[in-house]
Amino acid sequence: MAAVEKPANPATAKPKTDEHYVKIEKVSKVFGDFTAVDNVELSIRKGEIFALLGSSGCGKSTLLRMLAGFEKPTEGRITIDGQDMAKVPSYQRPTNMMFQSYALFPHMTVADNVAFGLKQDGLPKDQIQARVEEMLKLVDMSPYAKRKPHQLSGGQKQRVALARSLSKRPKLLLLDEPMGALDKKLRERMQLELVDIIEKVGVTCVMVTHDQEEAMTMASRIGIMSKGKILQVGAPATVYETPNCRFSAEFIGSINMFEGKLIVDEPDHCEIETADLPTRIYINHGITGEQGQTLWAAVRPEKIDVSKSKPAQETNVSRGKVINIAYFGSHSVYHVRLDSGKKILANASNFERDVSERPTWDDEVYVSWAPESVVVLPI
Amino acid sequence: MSKPSVLKRLKPQPRWFVIGAPYLWMFLFFFIPFAIVFVISFMKPAIAMPPVAFEYDLAGNIELLTKNYTRLFDLDDLLYINAYLGSLKMAAVSTILALLIGYPLAYAIARAPGAWRQVFLMLVILPSWTSLLIRIYAWIGLLKNNGFINNFLMWTGLTDSPIQMMQTDFAVYIGIVYAYLPFMVLPIYTNLVKHDPTLLEAAADLGANRFTAFWKITVPLSMNGVIAGCMLVFIPAVGEFVIPEILGGPDQLMIGKVLWQEFFNNRDWPVASAVAITMLLVLILPITIFQRIQNKELEEGK
Repeated sequence: MAAVEKPANPATAKPKTDEHYVKIEKVSKVFGDFTAVDNVELSIRKGEIFALLGSSGCGKSTLLRMLAGFEKPTEGRITIDGQDMAKVPSYQRPTNMMFQSYALFPHMTVADNVAFGLKQDGLPKDQIQARVEEMLKLVDMSPYAKRKPHQLSGGQKQRVALARSLSKRPKLLLLDEPMGALDKKLRERMQLELVDIIEKVGVTCVMVTHDQEEAMTMASRIGIMSKGKILQVGAPATVYETPNCRFSAEFIGSINMFEGKLIVDEPDHCEIETADLPTRIYINHGITGEQGQTLWAAVRPEKIDVSKSKPAQETNVSRGKVINIAYFGSHSVYHVRLDSGKKILANASNFERDVSERPTWDDEVYVSWAPESVVVLPI
Repeated sequence: MSKPSVLKRLKPQPRWFVIGAPYLWMFLFFFIPFAIVFVISFMKPAIAMPPVAFEYDLAGNIELLTKNYTRLFDLDDLLYINAYLGSLKMAAVSTILALLIGYPLAYAIARAPGAWRQVFLMLVILPSWTSLLIRIYAWIGLLKNNGFINNFLMWTGLTDSPIQMMQTDFAVYIGIVYAYLPFMVLPIYTNLVKHDPTLLEAAADLGANRFTAFWKITVPLSMNGVIAGCMLVFIPAVGEFVIPEILGGPDQLMIGKVLWQEFFNNRDWPVASAVAITMLLVLILPITIFQRIQNKELEEGK
């Protein structure tokens, strides 16, 4: 997983407005009796790429469409660079969107598509032409200026769509499932390319995606959405390593969950008792919980060690049996059934080419992890 | 290629019958009648059954053969030329009127909520389930001097005397536009309903208001539907006979009426045939355009 934290654009002179360049305040959207977006509070920094991540129907697209002006918030306020958007129709907003289907105008050439927005602004012809050339150069599509959209490949269409949405130098660029229409190989290449171009232009960007890898690769911050609410906002590494709820934890990557009771809670450590493990779960920091409170202790698979010999530690360990191994080349995922009957996942990196010493199917193994690897989540 | 393969290719295959069926149909019911009309157009009227006879001239005098055609373009007698021009004008104006009414209608239906679309489409098609003749006769009741519209206007006091509507161009336009409107609405609707609504969102996103988006995106993208609709109205309207005959008067000189008169009143089959063949030649250009549009639509549909 490419969870590299990206710094926001360093040119930040006015920190006050730049922190809240795009401000979404108590915004809700109700369709009939269905609440698509529920009281969302969110600030986007100037120059960052922000990803709204969630499964389909979670309200992320509705939120994006409200930023573009295609939907009106039922309640709440949206400001962009200090300007209230309530009365600004979509065709006057300082936003431009790259649509999932690209929505290129099929009867216009690539150059005319890019020029469309500039013509609406009534720019003089020579300026339009200069800007179109600049934009096509930016996305490396200059030789295709005279082509029609149906003569382009999926990746080329995406570049044209990006050039078109950047042509008016929007304050806010909106990406709706930017890789949705591309195949996997191309997707990975275009993710990095898109980020390069967006950072070169320095535009603030909000993207919507259901693909966690895409969000983590492209975004400097991620907002996880479910049922119309934003559950967690943070840098990819923060969201991955310190999820604040079970949904966040399970939505990004895979994770093992142990339900248990809080037994010891000291400032420097705490212990959780669970029916899933023969030992207690020991965590190297305190939490502010009540004695006997039911909690989730969560451990990512790559933090779990699988070995044939019994490790020395007293806690965070259990015996189990390998029931399945999924081989991914760079790593393997062990499916281990613990003595308690609980099934867990554990990753093992394939450092060496020779895996004959490794535990294999039906082997009796010990799984263990370090005290700092556990995340405690409220139930 | 070796001989066996040639023989094999000549052996009847099932697909020949499938491909052959439409060709056979076209041959029997289009080509043969057309050929008969074509031949008659070079004959002369006679008192016989059928009332035509060949005109022989062993000297090979070509004028005898083509005299029916030269008569159509006789500059001393402009009847036929005027009839052709009258028909073309009538059809062109009707087509434009049908487009002006049909496009907004098709647009409104295409934008209507899903369940209503079928109802509205039905309402457009429904009138054609009644005989055209009855519907055109109904217009007489509305348009004549003591008809519904004139009576209403006089009752309101807007006019003292009835307005002459029957037997005018106006009545014929009403009749043709009314009768052919579905042929304008359906192809435009079929085109508009396929439009991707996100294209309009993209246009709005790039700064185009609704009006600009309509002219720059919707109209150019619906051009194929517009041309198809115009052809479907224009081509049959040129040869239209029933509507000008019933609603029009002697002033509405149209080729369909002339053809009828030549055929039934004058019993001059050869000239009637020549008129028909010439009308076909006049219509070949619009028909070809229509065919090309249809092929283009089919290819884009792929």
